Amino acid sequence: MADTAHAKTAAHVHHPDGHDHGTYRSYAIGFILSVILTAIPFGLVMMGGLESRLLTAGIVIGSAAIQVLVHMVYFLHMNGRSDEGWTMMALIFTVVVVVIILAGSLWVMHNMNANMMPQMNHDGMPQLSGFGT
Amino acid sequence: MTPTIADDAQYWDTSPHHHEEGASTTIGFWIYLMSDCLMFAVLFAVFGVLGQSYAAGPGPQALFELHLVAINTAFLLLSSLTFGFAMLSTVAGRQDRAMLWLGATLVLGLAFLAVEIYEFQHLIHLGAGPQRSAFLSSFFALVGTHGLHVAFGCLWLGTLMIQIRKHGLTGANIRRMTCLSMFWHFLDVIWIGVFTFVYLLGMI
Repeated sequence: MADTAHAKTAAHVHHPDGHDHGTYRSYAIGFILSVILTAIPFGLVMMGGLESRLLTAGIVIGSAAIQVLVHMVYFLHMNGRSDEGWTMMALIFTVVVVVIILAGSLWVMHNMNANMMPQMNHDGMPQLSGFGT
Repeated sequence: MTPTIADDAQYWDTSPHHHEEGASTTIGFWIYLMSDCLMFAVLFAVFGVLGQSYAAGPGPQALFELHLVAINTAFLLLSSLTFGFAMLSTVAGRQDRAMLWLGATLVLGLAFLAVEIYEFQHLIHLGAGPQRSAFLSSFFALVGTHGLHVAFGCLWLGTLMIQIRKHGLTGANIRRMTCLSMFWHFLDVIWIGVFTFVYLLGMI
């Protein structure tokens, strides 16, 4: 039974839909890069961060962005060829919508917070001095 | 006009865009993942808007324990690697090895869930449950949704392992495993966003 299953799958598996399954090497590279890109931000924040909070945040976000790309390439095997490029098209469309959702929400809500009456500002809200006062 | 069975068969045979059964499953599943990604984007946006509304309650620095998050990140990253190895064993037709790697992935997924449930329970015990502040509501919504995805991924993984045990590495089972591997790696990508924007940036 096992032999027939293997024979059947061997023909099937090799490139059923042009889908790339990667190699041990590519998974190892992706894993090592991910470990490095995780260790940098965690180490930085756990040791108290740099003097400049902005720079620390920049490094943390930058590492995450690179790590997302590493996962896309080495774990999800993204390329422009699989499924005649439709995988990539769907991804690009999603990224555009995600950017609109995130940037739009933060922008709109930040403006609303900034333009609220001063006594309605909650603690910890980002405050803009000079608006409405 | 009603096509006979013979006509039908001829149609499929002569179609220039003939695909073997299940060939479009991965692209379909990918589109599902992209829609899931949009849902997470909305949850991230909610957290971005409400994440600093503490309502005079505890903030991230008083609540989060980064070493727990680091352990969970390690669990998920390792499980991505073991799932990749399971895929490679499957492509090579080595069912026993594939089952071993899938088992390792399941253990790592369950370990992730155990740590996360411990964390949630600890927060609720401290009085920092989802009803405490807008920050905590959006935190539990975002991280909880990711955790639910991992939980269903584990359930799927368990049932897939039973299927493989019963029926072997058939074409259908390989297709299911390919979809689950995309799902699993996708959850790891979402987790990068979670540990970066929720935990690390909250602790700076």
